[in-house]
Amino acid sequence: MRLPYEQACRGETKTMNSFSDFMGGDHSACDALYAEAERAVDSGDWNVAGKANDHFLNAMERHFNMEEQVLFAAFEAAQGSTMGPTQVMRHEHSQMRQLFQQMRDAVAEKDVDAYLGAGETLLILMQQHNSKEEQILYPMTDQVLAAEREELFKQMEAVTAE
Amino acid sequence: MNPAALSLEQAPPISVPLRFFLTAPVFGATAALLLIIFGGDALTSRWAPVTLAVTHLLTLGFLAMVMVGAVQQLLPVLVGSPVPRAKWVSRIMHPLLTLGIASLVAGLAGGGTGLMYGAIALLGSGFLVFVAVTASSLLRARSGHFTVTAMALSILALTITVALGLYLALGYTGAIPMARQYTDLHLGWGFIGWVVLLLAGVAYQVVPMFQITPDYPRPLMRFLTPGLFVLLGVWSLGRAMAMVPDVIATVAAGLIAGGVLLFALATVCVQVRRKRRLPDVTLDFWRLAMASLAAVVLTWAVGLTLDKLPGLLLGVLFIVGFAMSAVNGMLYKIVPFLVWLHLNNQRQIAGLSLVGVPNMRKIIPEPAMRWQFRVQAGALVLLMAAAVWPVLTSPAGLLLLLSMVWLGWNLLGALRLYRRTLRA
Repeated sequence: MRLPYEQACRGETKTMNSFSDFMGGDHSACDALYAEAERAVDSGDWNVAGKANDHFLNAMERHFNMEEQVLFAAFEAAQGSTMGPTQVMRHEHSQMRQLFQQMRDAVAEKDVDAYLGAGETLLILMQQHNSKEEQILYPMTDQVLAAEREELFKQMEAVTAE
Repeated sequence: MNPAALSLEQAPPISVPLRFFLTAPVFGATAALLLIIFGGDALTSRWAPVTLAVTHLLTLGFLAMVMVGAVQQLLPVLVGSPVPRAKWVSRIMHPLLTLGIASLVAGLAGGGTGLMYGAIALLGSGFLVFVAVTASSLLRARSGHFTVTAMALSILALTITVALGLYLALGYTGAIPMARQYTDLHLGWGFIGWVVLLLAGVAYQVVPMFQITPDYPRPLMRFLTPGLFVLLGVWSLGRAMAMVPDVIATVAAGLIAGGVLLFALATVCVQVRRKRRLPDVTLDFWRLAMASLAAVVLTWAVGLTLDKLPGLLLGVLFIVGFAMSAVNGMLYKIVPFLVWLHLNNQRQIAGLSLVGVPNMRKIIPEPAMRWQFRVQAGALVLLMAAAVWPVLTSPAGLLLLLSMVWLGWNLLGALRLYRRTLRA
């Protein structure tokens, strides 16, 4: 079964003409899921908060996987190097994953402050990361990977959060 | 790594922006001290020496200090192009600007021509370095975002502002006749050209980022900053050189006011539609900033129809209400994040555990920021009142002093936590 957030996160309703649109739309969808999770935690309803946090983190993991397994991999293959800009992006993914863990722990311990602190940190890290991807990396992939676009879209559609 | 990878790097060393950020409250506090000491004399005329000293402590000492530091930090993130040799550039630029501001202020307060010459040399070279490195970074920008244009135009406006300022300063030395007719141009290019254009360019990206709001309308982003810049040019030609009929210069000024109001309203509108609904100090600072900016335009319009512009009130609203609030709010996002980011990177490089790295909310606690916001808002209200009733100047100065010391303390606390955690 496909969960609603997955659909939102994929931006499937629109036709996508570039990696910038496809992945940029996914960023916005993930932002919205974060805002929901943060609000749920603040309201103190941990049942809802736990689910909202799972939705958000699943969407994030899936986005990272789409990049690391498909888009970055194809870009690195085309460039013949893994030492380029994708290396920096992968590093930032690993930093964000540490914060994911802190957020999961905070939900398990029902610690509002710890969650909001980790969440705020994640949000800023994520936004400056997204900004760099949207302004530099995605336009580069649009140029380098234009010929394989449809195929890569298909591969990314098939990626899961696991 | 290849150049593309470098442009995705995580910005300059933390010492680069922080030295500017930590200097700013010191100048802000000095301005407050002058207000306390001189009382009503500091807010009676825009030409009084102590008023000019206070104004430049706030505009150069506080605002420009933070903006110069922040631009170096933001260029890699917002336009994808870092400042070349950031560490060395900041080591040169920071003392030039700091000493330049100190001697300018002392010179304006009546310290003599030697100080003025010193200020001209120091500030002239300090800003030359800043403009040169920022321009070179913007020229290499890979991003096509509207922020690039806004930043480039604001740097150009800064150049014009500084050039006019140096010329005016030369008048103080007696080397050339005093050219007071250029003061309004200096103000216009500084306030609208440098401050509004830069903050607009930055806001286009950081307002949606921090609060998860929709984007600003594209036509606004496309036309606002170039439009304001061109209108400033038209207004200047009429105002200073009488090359444009007076009526056109007046229409240009009206359109500038309209554009500025539009920016304030658009910011409030996108923030109203934000997805994050939790209380946030930065958001409150920005609301205060936008309310003040709208108040500047309305007060200006009313003053114009009554043929009596309240210069001091406008100055208080623009500098303290709009610009200082926006900048202060930004500091509360940038500094905690930078401390976290650099701690994380440093400990990772050293192979230390990342568990001990405090999150942003632990780096500067929310209540400390919240209280400083309240004191700063109180200082603004009292300063506005003091612009009308100068007897209130000293109490207003006292609140501003408290706010600046508190801000400095909060930022210093973040730095101390950084140093402590780095070694732990």
